[in-house]
Amino acid sequence: MRYALRFATLGYLFVLLVAPVGLVFYRAFEHGFGTFWDAITSPDAIHALKLTLIITAIAVPANTVFGIVCALAIVRYRFPGAGVMNALVDLPLALSPVVVGLSLLLLYGRGGWLQGHNILFALPSMVLATMFVSLPFVVREVVPVLREIGTEQEQAASTLGASALQTFRRVTWPSIRWAVAYGVVLTTARSLGEFGAVTVVSGSISGRTETLALLVGDRYEQFDATGAYAAAVLLALLAIGTLLVMYRLRPKEETR
Amino acid sequence: MAARSLPLPARRVSVAPALTIGFSVTYLSLIVLLPIAALVWHANTWSAGTNPEAISALRLTLFLSVVVALVQAVAGTAVAWTLVRDRFFGQRVVDALIDLPFALPTIVAGLVLLVLYGPRSPVGVHAAFTRWGLFLALLFVTLPFVVRTVQPVLLELDTELEDAAASLGASPLTTFRRIVLPNILPAILSGVAMAFARAIGEFGAVVLIAGNLPLKTEVASVYIVGQIGGGDPGGAAAVSVVLLCISFGVLLGVGALRRWATRHDL
Amino acid sequence: MRKISLIGLLLLMLAVPALAGGATKDVSLALVAYSTPKTAFSKLIPAFQKTPAGQGVTFTQSYGPSTTQANAIVAGLPTDIAYLSLTPDIDTLVQHDLVSPSWDKNKWHGIVTKSIVVFVVRSGNPKHIRTWSDLLKPGVQVVTPNPFTSGGARWNTMAAYGGALRAGKSPKQAIAYLTALYRQHVVAQPSSAALALTTFLSGKGDVLLSYENEAILAQQQGHAINWVAPKATILIQNPIAVTSTSQHQATAKAFVNWLYTPQAQTLFASTGYRPVLKSVAKQFHFTTPKLLFTIGYVGGWDKVEKTFFDPQSGVMAKIEQGLGG
Repeated sequence: MRYALRFATLGYLFVLLVAPVGLVFYRAFEHGFGTFWDAITSPDAIHALKLTLIITAIAVPANTVFGIVCALAIVRYRFPGAGVMNALVDLPLALSPVVVGLSLLLLYGRGGWLQGHNILFALPSMVLATMFVSLPFVVREVVPVLREIGTEQEQAASTLGASALQTFRRVTWPSIRWAVAYGVVLTTARSLGEFGAVTVVSGSISGRTETLALLVGDRYEQFDATGAYAAAVLLALLAIGTLLVMYRLRPKEETR
Repeated sequence: MAARSLPLPARRVSVAPALTIGFSVTYLSLIVLLPIAALVWHANTWSAGTNPEAISALRLTLFLSVVVALVQAVAGTAVAWTLVRDRFFGQRVVDALIDLPFALPTIVAGLVLLVLYGPRSPVGVHAAFTRWGLFLALLFVTLPFVVRTVQPVLLELDTELEDAAASLGASPLTTFRRIVLPNILPAILSGVAMAFARAIGEFGAVVLIAGNLPLKTEVASVYIVGQIGGGDPGGAAAVSVVLLCISFGVLLGVGALRRWATRHDL
Repeated sequence: MRKISLIGLLLLMLAVPALAGGATKDVSLALVAYSTPKTAFSKLIPAFQKTPAGQGVTFTQSYGPSTTQANAIVAGLPTDIAYLSLTPDIDTLVQHDLVSPSWDKNKWHGIVTKSIVVFVVRSGNPKHIRTWSDLLKPGVQVVTPNPFTSGGARWNTMAAYGGALRAGKSPKQAIAYLTALYRQHVVAQPSSAALALTTFLSGKGDVLLSYENEAILAQQQGHAINWVAPKATILIQNPIAVTSTSQHQATAKAFVNWLYTPQAQTLFASTGYRPVLKSVAKQFHFTTPKLLFTIGYVGGWDKVEKTFFDPQSGVMAKIEQGLGG
C-alpha cells in the first residue's frame, strides 16, 4: 500500500514537473552550447535581463518595507478599516495578473483618472504591476510571527525607555527576520517571473520594455523556438536558485 | 550612556501607530486600491453580460478550476502524505521540487508543458490546443497549494490514534477516513481555495497551450486579453470584476469556514 | 542583512553592462508594427542607417497583432511610425487624432507592401489542399488567427468570403461557407498571424491561412512547409503612416519615403513581400492568381468592418459566438 502510494505520487510529480522542465533544458541545448550562449547574450536578451533585475530591485525592497510596516499595523494596532486593509493585502492573490495589468491600463491610459506621461508602456507601469502582484508575501509571512511573539517584550522595552525604533531594531526584528527573509524570497521569485500583468502594460518594445519573461513569449511568437527555450532556461535557473533559498529558509515547522 | 529617568507614562505621545497605519494605507491605496477602483469604474457590465463568448469563457474557467482544485485536494494530500509519512531516497529533493511551480515564471511553465505535450510531443501525448492541455497547465501551477497547507498539519499530527486504530483492526482507509481526515480537512480546504483562486486567473501557463477557440478552449484570462487587444477594455473589465468577486469570495468564504470549523472543533 | 547583500549583488550586475558603455543617440524612432515584419526590418533598418537620411537614427520596435497594436497606440504607446496590416487599423488612429486624415494622399495611397492570402500546408501537401472547398473536406484542420485582434485573420476571412463569391456562391451561401469553416474546421485561433504560424510549425493543423510573405519566409528559414495560392484570393495591402504626435516628423517621414525606394522595396521582396514598385516587382517572380480580387470586390473595408467585424453584430461575431456548445 505504501509503495503503491509512493509510486503513484512520484509518478505524478515526474509527469507533471520533472519531465517537462527537463525537456526544455534538453531542447535549449539541442543545437549546442554555442547557440544557447548566443541566444542569451544577444542585445535583446541582455537588456531583458537587466530590465527584469531593475524591476525586481525596485519592487522587492519596496514591498519588504511595506510588508513589515503593514504587518505591524495590522497586528499591533486597532483601527477602523483594519479588516479592509487585511482584505486588500490578500487581494493580489485572488487576482488574475492580466486583470492587474488591465486595471493599470485603465488608470493610467487615455481616458483614465491618472492618464499621463510615460507611465504606461514604460518602466513605471511595469514596476507598479510587479509591485501589485508581489505585494502580499512579506506581510503574510510576518503577521503570524508577530501574532505569536506577542507584545510583552516590546512593552517591556518601551517601559524601560526604548524608543519605537530601538524597540523595533532590538526586540521585534530578531524575531521576524527569518519570516521577512522567506517573504523576500517569495517576492523576488514572483517579481522575476511576472508575465501576465507586465504583458498588458509593456507594449513589448524590444530593447526597451521587454523583461526576460516577455522575451520568452515574444521569441516563441516570432518562431525563434530555440531562443525562447534559452531564455526560459535562464529564467528556470533563476527559479531553481530561488527554490534552493526558499527551501533553506522555509519556516521550521514545515521541514523536518 | 547617560542615566535616564523613567518617563511619565501618560505623557508619552507615540507617532508610531499613525506612521505605520498611514504609510500602509497610502501604499495600499496607490498600488492596489486605485487601480481596482479604476477597473470597477470602467467595467461595462452590459456588453459583457450579453456576450455569449464572455459567458462561455467564464463557465469554462470555473469548470476547469473546480475540477483542478478537487484533483489537487486528492493528489496534494497524497503527495503530502508521502513526504511526511514515508521515507525514501531523494525525499528532500522531491520536497524542494514541490515549490517549483511557485518559483517558475508562468510563461516558462506554459512553454515547458507545450514542448512535452504539444504536437511534437516525444511521448506521443497531444494535449495542446484542447481542454486537456488547459487542464494540465492548471494542474501544474496549482500543484504546491494543497501539499504545502497539509504538510505542516500532518507533521504535527500525533500518530498514536492511528496506531491505536490499526491495532484494533481498522483498515488503513478507515483509519484515514475517521481519524486523519477530520484533522487535515481545514488545511485541505484552504489549499483548495487557494488553488481555485490561482487557477481561475492563470494566464502565462495557459496562453501558449490553449487554442483560444471561443466557446471551446478559451478561458477567461485569455478572453480578457483578447478584448483589450480588440479595443474593448470595458468588456474586459466587466469579466475581470466577475473573476475577482468569485475568487475573492471563495477565499473569504473558505477562511470563514475554517474559523467556524476550528471553533466547533470539527 | 540578506536583503542588502541581494540588492548589492543586483546593483553590481547592473553596473557591469552599464560600464561597458552606451551609444549616444541622436534621434530614436519608435516603429510599431503588426506581427510579421520583424525579419524584414532586421534588414531594412541597418540599410536605412547607412543612407544619409538615416545617419545616427536608431529605432525601437514593437511587434504584435495589428488591431492590438492600434489599440495600444490609442492607449498611449509612443509611436513615430505605424506599419499595420490593414487600413482600418490606421483609420482607428485617424479617429483618435493620432494620424492625419491625409495620410494616404500620396500616389501609393499609403500602401507600402502587398501580399496575398495563401494556404500553408505540410511538405508535400499530403491532404491535397488546393481550393477553398478543400478546406471543408472531412478531417481537415485549419489554423487561422483571431479576427478581432489580428489583421491577418481579417484578410483570411475576406479572402475566404470573396473566394466563395468568385466560385459562384451568393453572399448568403458564402457566409454559410464561413460558418462551416470556423465552426467545424478551425482548431486554433492564436492572437496574431506570427503566433498562428508558430502554432502551425509546432505541428498543429493541416493548413494555415496566412500571408504569402509569411510562407515564403518560413520556407527560407528551412521549415518543412509548402504553400498553395488558391485561384481566387485577396490582394493584401499593408499601410504605413507617420503619427501626428511624433516628435521627429521629418526623420520619420524620411524613413517612410525611403521605404518606397528600389533598395528598400527589394529588401522587402527578399523576405517575401510583393513590392508596390513595379520596377522591383518585375525582378521577382510573383505569380498573379487568376481570380485575384481586392477588398473593393467584397465591399471595401468600411462596409466590411461594420458588416463582418463589428464585435456585437458582425457576421464573424455571430459565428464565433455560436461555436461549440
